Amino acid sequence: MSKFTQVNVPATGKTISVPTGLFINNEFVPSVDSQETIQCINPATEEPICSVVAGSAKDVDVAVAAARSALKTTWGKNVSGFERSRLLNKLADLIERDAQELAELEALNNGKPVKIARDFDIGDSVGCLRYYAGWADKIVGQSIDIDNKTKLAFTKHEPIGVCGQIIPWNYPIMMWAWKVAPALACGCTIVMKPSEFTPLTALKLSELVVEAGFPPGVVNTVPALGSVGGAALAAHPGVDKIAFTGSTVTGRKIMEAAAKSNLKKVSLELGGKSPQLIFESADIDQAANWAALGILYNTGQDCTAGSRVYVQDSIYDKFLQTLIEKAKALNIGNGFDEKSGGGPVVSKVQYDKIWSYIDAGKQEGAKCVLGGEKRPGKGYFVDPTIFTEIKPGMKIVKDEIFGPVLSVGRFKTEEEAINLANDTTYGLGAGLHSNDAGQCMRVSQALEAGTVWVNQYNLLYNNVPFGGKKQSGIGRELGSYALDEYTSVKAIQWNYGEKLDWPL
Amino acid sequence: MPSTFSYQFDTPSHKGITEFSTGLFINGEFVDGSENSTIDVINPATGKLITKISQGTPKDVDRAVAAAQHAFETSWGLKCPGAERAKLMNKLADLMEEHEDELAAVEALDNGKTFYWAKNADLKGAIDCIRYYAGWADKIQGKTIETNDGKLVYTRHEPLGVVGQIIPWNFPLLMLSWKIGPALATGNAIVLKPSEFTPLSALLTAKLAKEAGFPPGVFNVVNGYGATVGAAIAEHMDIEKVAFTGSTLVGRKIMEAAAKTNLKKVTLELGGKSPNIIFDDADLEAAVNWAAFGIFWNQGQTCCAGSRIFVHAKIYDEFLHLFTEKAKQVKVGDPFHPDSKQGPQVSNAQFDRIMSYIDSGKDEGATVHHGGVRVGDEGYFISPTIFTDTRPDMKIVKEEIFGPVGVVIKFDDDEDVIRQANDTVYGLACSVFSQNINRALETAHKLKAGTAWVNCANMLHASVPFGGFKQSGIGRELGEYALENYTAVKAVHVNFGHQWSVA
Repeated sequence: MSKFTQVNVPATGKTISVPTGLFINNEFVPSVDSQETIQCINPATEEPICSVVAGSAKDVDVAVAAARSALKTTWGKNVSGFERSRLLNKLADLIERDAQELAELEALNNGKPVKIARDFDIGDSVGCLRYYAGWADKIVGQSIDIDNKTKLAFTKHEPIGVCGQIIPWNYPIMMWAWKVAPALACGCTIVMKPSEFTPLTALKLSELVVEAGFPPGVVNTVPALGSVGGAALAAHPGVDKIAFTGSTVTGRKIMEAAAKSNLKKVSLELGGKSPQLIFESADIDQAANWAALGILYNTGQDCTAGSRVYVQDSIYDKFLQTLIEKAKALNIGNGFDEKSGGGPVVSKVQYDKIWSYIDAGKQEGAKCVLGGEKRPGKGYFVDPTIFTEIKPGMKIVKDEIFGPVLSVGRFKTEEEAINLANDTTYGLGAGLHSNDAGQCMRVSQALEAGTVWVNQYNLLYNNVPFGGKKQSGIGRELGSYALDEYTSVKAIQWNYGEKLDWPL
Repeated sequence: MPSTFSYQFDTPSHKGITEFSTGLFINGEFVDGSENSTIDVINPATGKLITKISQGTPKDVDRAVAAAQHAFETSWGLKCPGAERAKLMNKLADLMEEHEDELAAVEALDNGKTFYWAKNADLKGAIDCIRYYAGWADKIQGKTIETNDGKLVYTRHEPLGVVGQIIPWNFPLLMLSWKIGPALATGNAIVLKPSEFTPLSALLTAKLAKEAGFPPGVFNVVNGYGATVGAAIAEHMDIEKVAFTGSTLVGRKIMEAAAKTNLKKVTLELGGKSPNIIFDDADLEAAVNWAAFGIFWNQGQTCCAGSRIFVHAKIYDEFLHLFTEKAKQVKVGDPFHPDSKQGPQVSNAQFDRIMSYIDSGKDEGATVHHGGVRVGDEGYFISPTIFTDTRPDMKIVKEEIFGPVGVVIKFDDDEDVIRQANDTVYGLACSVFSQNINRALETAHKLKAGTAWVNCANMLHASVPFGGFKQSGIGRELGEYALENYTAVKAVHVNFGHQWSVA
C-alpha cells in the first residue's frame, strides 16, 4: 500500500492527501504482521473512498511501547505544563488553518454536511484544544498542614500514564479533540484507536501533531477493528487508563477486560435514551425547535439524542403538530450540498439497524406520523421519523436507535413526567421545557441524567462537564472535571522533624 | 499629534529599528496629554536624552477611565466570553514573541538592564505570564453551594470594572504583564501608569495590543508622574481597584487615598530587605552563586533581593572570599555589550540614593569589603558592593537600598539567626541554604516571608503566587491567587419554594 492516498472530493474536483499507515512515533508505518486493510465508504454514495492499514494486536503493542517510551523521556514528568500548553495551542492553530480540508474529509467519511463539520465540529474542537491548553500549566495539588512543626504533606496530580483512547464514528474530529486535549494537558501519552468506519480525519490530524512539534510517541493513532485494536488496548498490561466512547454493549467489554488484566482506570461514555419533557407553560414553538434539534442533529447519531419526547396532555396536539412541521423542514442530503442540514447515517450496518427499529415500532403497534418510508436510490439516508402512541415496553422506547427516529408520549402531572423520563437504564442527557421556575428547579433536580438542559437541548461547551449517570457511563469529559480522569494523585508525606522511637 | 519615537539600534547585541508613538494610549488611539506637555526619557548608561513622551494629567486619567468604563459595559467585561479574551491575550503574546528582540532592546535602552537579561528573563517572563493568564480567561468559576431544598445558591466571580495599575521602573515590561494578565483574563478594563523613568516598553506594548485587536478602551496607558497621574488613579471615584508595585512609602499613600475616596480595593507589592541564610552544611559553591544572583541581579533593583546575607561562622571566611570573587567577576558596562553582566542604575536619583546609603554605611562604621564606588564617569554605574562588620541598627542593614549592595553578617546560633532574619518590617522573600533538608524546611517555615526559596533565589514562575508579609505588601500576584484581586464574588440565592410570612 502506498504511504499516501489521494482522496477525490467530487464536489470540488480537488483531492485530499491522506496518510494510510499506522501513526506510531510520529511516522506512518505498515502493520508489523498483518496485510489487513480497512476500506472507508462514503455513506452518501455507498462508494469506497480509500483504504488504510488495519492495525493488529501486535501493532497495538508497538504503539503502546512507543507511548511508554515517550512518557518516560520526552513527555510525562519530563515536560513542563508551559510547554504542553504551547504545543496544544499550536495544534489548535493548525487545525484552524486546515479547517476546510478537514471538514471536507469528515463529510466524505462520516456524511455530515461540510459547513456543520467546519463551523461546529471543528470550531468546537479547536476551542476544546485551546481550553485544555489553558489548563496544562495549572495542574495543582494541595499542601496540607499536619502539625506545622515536623511534618509536611502535599499532593501531586501526576499524569496517569499511557492512555488508550477509543473513539466513535459520529463526531470523529470532535471526539478526537475531547480525548486528546485533556490527556495531553495532564502529561499523558496516547494510543488512539479511531473508529474503523471513520479513521481518515484521525490520520490527517496525526500529521498536524507532527507539525505542531509533539515529540514522537506522545500521540499514536492505530485504526483497527474494535474487536482487534480496541480489545487489545483494553486488555493491555502496558496501558494505564482506557477511555472509551461508544455503545454500552462494548463499554461493558472494555471494563471487563480492564478488570481482568491490570485494573487499568476506566472512563466510559456510552449510550442514552434521553427524554425531553414539554410542560404546558413552555414556549411551544421554541420547545419544538429544541426537540427537533435533539433528535435530528447529526441525523440522530448523538449519544444524547433526545429520542423520547413526553408532552403534557393540555398542549399535546398543538405541540405534536408543530414538531412534525419542524421535522419536515430539515433537509437531509449529501454533505456537500449547501442545502443539506443533515447527512446520511454513517454505514450500511447502522442503516439496517435503524430500519429494523422502525419496523419493530410499526409491528409493536406504535403510530408512525412522519417518515417510516425508505428512500429509493443510493446513500444511507434515513428521513425524520416520528412515532406516537408509544408504550413503555416497546423496543423503540427502550433501546437506543441512534438515528432520526423519535418516540413521542404524553403525561398529565409533573410526577408522571419525571417517572417516565427516569424509567430507563440510561442517564446521559435530559431536557425540560417550562416557564415555571419552581418547576424547572424541581424537575432538573429529579431527572437522573449527567446533563440536564433547561429550555434548550444538546448544546455543549468545552468548560462544562459532560457524562453519564447509570449505564450511560463512568467519569466526566470536558470542563475542569476531565482533568481528574487523566491525573493520578500522589500524596507525599515528608518528615523533617520527627524521630521514631523503636520498638513501639 | 504626539511624536513618533524612531530609533535605530546598532549594537553588538542587537541591530534593528523600533518605532512607536510617544503619546498616551487612550481608547485605542495615541493622543497628546491634555496640557501638551512632555517628560524626558533618559538613557541611564549615558545620562543623555533618548526621547520625550507625552505627559498625562488627572484630566487624562478621567478620559482613560471613561474609555475603560465604556469598553467594560459594551465590548469587554461579561459581554466578551472568556474564550474570546483568551484569544486576544494569546495574540498579544504571539506579537510580543515576534517582537521579542525589539522589546528587549527598548527595555535595555530605557532601564539600563543588559540586553541579555532583558531578553532571557524579562521578555520570556512577560510572554509566559500573558499566556498563563490567557489560559485562565474561560475558567473563572464560582461554586454551587448546598443550603436547603428550596433554594439554588451559586456564586459568580464577576470582573470589578475599571482597574488602575501603577507599575515600577525595575522590570517595566514584566511588571506590566503581571498586572494586565490577571486583569484582562477576568474581564476588567485597565488604566495603567508606567513609571515616568521607564515608559517606553509600555508604549510599544500598547501598539501591539492595538494590533492584537483588543477593543478600544480595554487597555489604556497614561504616562505621567506619581504625584499627578498616580494620585489621580488612587483617588478616582470610578476606579474599582488599584494595584501598585513600588516603594512602601508610596504604597501607604495609595492605600490612604483609596480609603479617603471610594474605598477601592487595594493590592500592594512593596519593598523588602530579604534575608538569605547560609548554613554551615550548605553546598558552598552553589550558595555563593545564588547569593550573588540574589543581590546583584538587575543591578540590585529587585524588590525580593537577598540583601542581608547571613553566613554561618564556620564557613564565613570561605564564603566571603568566594562571594567577593564572584562580585569581582561581574562586569559592569554597556547594557548592549555581550560581556556586560550589570548595567547602570535606572536614574540619577537612584544613583544618588544608593551612593548615600554606601556613605552612611561607611559613616556608621561598617567595612566596605568590596566596591562602594561609581564605575566610569558617564551614566549611573555602581560597582557590586559588599559590606561587612555591620550592626543590626545600621541604615544599610535596616533599609531597602535597591542597589547592588549586599550586607554579609556572621552568625552561629540557628535560633537567633531566624530571629534576626525576621527582625524587619518587611517580609517579601527569603532564601535558605542547607543540604540538610530537615533544617532547610524548618527554617523556611519559620521565616516570615511571602516567598521562601530553598537552595535557590529569585526564581519566579507565572503559576506560583508572589507577594509580601507585613509591610512588604497586601495581596498576591501570579498564579491562580491573582484572580481574586480582580474579581468580586456575588452570591446568588434563588428561592424556589419558600413562602415568607411576617408572623
